[in-house]
Amino acid sequence: MSKDIRIKKGLNINLVGAAEHTISKAVLSNVYALNLNDFHGITPKMLLKEGAEVKAGEALFYNKNYEDMHFVSPVSGELIEIERGARRRILTLKILADKEQEHVNRGSLDFGAASAAEIKAFLLKGGCWPFIKQRPYDIVANPDATPKAIFVSAYVTAPLAADPDFALQGKERELQAALTALGKLTPGKVHVSIGKGSNSPLAALSGIELHKVSGPHPAGLVGTQINKIDPINKGEAVWTVSPQDLVIIGELLLTGKFNAERVVALVGSSVKAPKYYKTKMGTEIATFLYASGVNGENFRVINGDVLTGSKSSQDGYLGFYNNTVTAIPEGDDYELFGWNKPIFNKVSSTRALTFSWLQPKKKYDLTTNTNGEHRAFVVTGQYEAVFPMDIFPMQLLKACMVKDLDEMEQLGLYEVAPEDFSLTEFICISKQPHQQIIREGLDLLHQEIG
Amino acid sequence: MHELKMKYQGKKMAPAFNAFHTFLYSPNDITHAGGTHVKGADDLKRTMNTVIMALVPILLFSMFNAGYQHFSAINDFPENFSVMEHFLTWDNFWIGIVKVLPLVVISYGIGLVVEFIFAVIKGHEVEEGYLVTGMLVPLIVPIDTPLWMLAVAVVFGVVIGKEVFGGTGMNILNPALTIRAFLFFAYPTWMSGDKVWVHGAVDLAGGPDAISGETVLGFLSQNKEFQYSVSDMFFGFIPGSVGETSAFLCLLGGLFLIFSKIASWRIMVSAVIGSLVMGLIFNQVVDLGWVGETSKFYGLMNFDFWKHLIVGGLAFGIVYMATDPVTGSQTNRGKWIYGFLIGFISVMIRVFNPAYPEGVFLAILLMNVFAPTIDHYVVRGNINRRMKRLKNAVILPKDSDSKAEELKAETV
Repeated sequence: MSKDIRIKKGLNINLVGAAEHTISKAVLSNVYALNLNDFHGITPKMLLKEGAEVKAGEALFYNKNYEDMHFVSPVSGELIEIERGARRRILTLKILADKEQEHVNRGSLDFGAASAAEIKAFLLKGGCWPFIKQRPYDIVANPDATPKAIFVSAYVTAPLAADPDFALQGKERELQAALTALGKLTPGKVHVSIGKGSNSPLAALSGIELHKVSGPHPAGLVGTQINKIDPINKGEAVWTVSPQDLVIIGELLLTGKFNAERVVALVGSSVKAPKYYKTKMGTEIATFLYASGVNGENFRVINGDVLTGSKSSQDGYLGFYNNTVTAIPEGDDYELFGWNKPIFNKVSSTRALTFSWLQPKKKYDLTTNTNGEHRAFVVTGQYEAVFPMDIFPMQLLKACMVKDLDEMEQLGLYEVAPEDFSLTEFICISKQPHQQIIREGLDLLHQEIG
Repeated sequence: MHELKMKYQGKKMAPAFNAFHTFLYSPNDITHAGGTHVKGADDLKRTMNTVIMALVPILLFSMFNAGYQHFSAINDFPENFSVMEHFLTWDNFWIGIVKVLPLVVISYGIGLVVEFIFAVIKGHEVEEGYLVTGMLVPLIVPIDTPLWMLAVAVVFGVVIGKEVFGGTGMNILNPALTIRAFLFFAYPTWMSGDKVWVHGAVDLAGGPDAISGETVLGFLSQNKEFQYSVSDMFFGFIPGSVGETSAFLCLLGGLFLIFSKIASWRIMVSAVIGSLVMGLIFNQVVDLGWVGETSKFYGLMNFDFWKHLIVGGLAFGIVYMATDPVTGSQTNRGKWIYGFLIGFISVMIRVFNPAYPEGVFLAILLMNVFAPTIDHYVVRGNINRRMKRLKNAVILPKDSDSKAEELKAETV
């Protein structure tokens, strides 16, 4: 039984540089890296010292607040560097890969018969737990909590993001294994949403509640779907996993090996031949970026999509959660009378001499220019037009800015993640950093209320 | 320019320089890490600029109308009025240049000086809010307002109306209307009566060439007949504050602002509905015979309800003043209530208090004050819905709860 969800409010941002549906194999990277900023709110405790040998799937560090939660190496090799920042905070771990890859084999788990506790322990030790994120707070899930439901969104509306229907082809077995196992961790349902009319590999799986979603961005964001299907109340938790990570979880359950392989979309207008690459998490982005060729020198490499991704560089590494790498031109240039002349080549949600409404299908080549300076909130009613949740976006942002915990709670901060505010941040006339405001609000709430 | 910007960076005058720089060039700022990497095309300058574009036709019209009203008051209104012959003439425009343009220059000049001073002192960028305020102010004052008076009012309005609250986006009252209200209460003889609405009427008063500058509402409040036709009132060939007279151009401007999604159509539509409802109520009261012809309210109450929209500043106020996003209601449902009450109260003040025929600016200021309250209740509605959901929810216990309780027991 599937249920349809139709989202009306939103805005699709069509960009130049969508990935062609072909998968190439990326060259093997010499060095792989784990960026610890990917794990928001985790305090790492190292298990290994610099210079130690690791196998793929062997634990590198654990969560200080939850010792059983292990974070494993994507490849086998030598831990060559532990890069530290201010107050000796660990920033990145770099591993020099062996030519011959060796995997830790934990043996497959009979998840059909295993109890919830056994599955939890297996995923925690196997390094797959960090793939499970929780709301509220948008952090790695707390294994002690019982989620009221688990959500997986396989409908992607973010600009240029990798298409799971294509990238996950033929992975039905892993997906089914992962979803069956995760289903045992919640007394509620496992909600899986796919695009309406898509040929998603998740469509035929059993033991799930299937939703068919249609509509513009942010219809594909899991937060939007949670809000429409089963909104989060204070004190509740839901877990979310992205479909490409389900594959890794599934493979661990079936084979006992942590296989960091994933299909990544290389996209953006600065890429000459945008397409999909088969590679591993933590790989050097350069291993496939230059294979596709780049336009110009002055571009930005982003781990993820243009709205929610994190800034990387040409010699950066693929993030733990990312299956999209975007390269777009930097916009660090002035534009004469840019504020009053008619604009045809940029996306806008208004019609104030901006003409993107004339051609909704046109693809745009956007740069990283902010198109204006930061201001106080002035214009009202524009966020609501692209924000489909039953939440007042501006009021919530303001509550976060003034750190009013009661208001934050009451206005629905438990239901949102920073990514839900990426579209309002994009259209924001005052150029306010919405995602950062929400992130800080969530951190404060987590710290104060827990 | 780029080198100059670098030179000024971090210095006290940087905001002042940046204001000019960003006026010429949109800045080279790039998105920071941790946010969206691309941004929409609109910024505040563009938003404000759109409103100004919607005001330019009104400014031009008002310059012609200034002369037209002046000469018509002296020589009587022309028969067989034709727009080209009698309205769009150089003589008329010249009066506009002499009388209206200085108001604009003073409004912008003084206002922006104050803005720059505050920006430099407080070290924030010069904000664009005043670009619209500066244009609105000359359009809502009587034509013969002395320039010094306007200057004093602008300083008051910008400082007290806006900067003390923290600048654009933080103010409670619409700055342009604050300026108008200051003028109204500080210099009432210059702001109301039957002399101020036509250029020259004040100077010629008492003499043998005395001319009248009575507005339509003025005539009505004295139960007098007036000679303006409906089309005169709709297209704006009537006396009044500089730019408020043409309901037609306000309609066009309003449609443009709605189409460009800059101003809220909800506020405009509900304000129109609100004023029509109040007008209808008054018409009904007269029809039922509750108010006789001898009543001093008769003229205004008997005035066809829809005509309220085309006289006085109601149309202008609804389109350009009520829709100010900062001081208006911020929630969509709140905007309906806010707009409706503006229309409703405007007509009410207009009819019941002939001393303040321009009820619209008082109504908007009043609703500015109440807008946060309206929003509060709208937002409460959302919160209550969430709380209700929470009440009906079955909250799953955390596994760790038992542990936490054990721990608690130990510490106690």
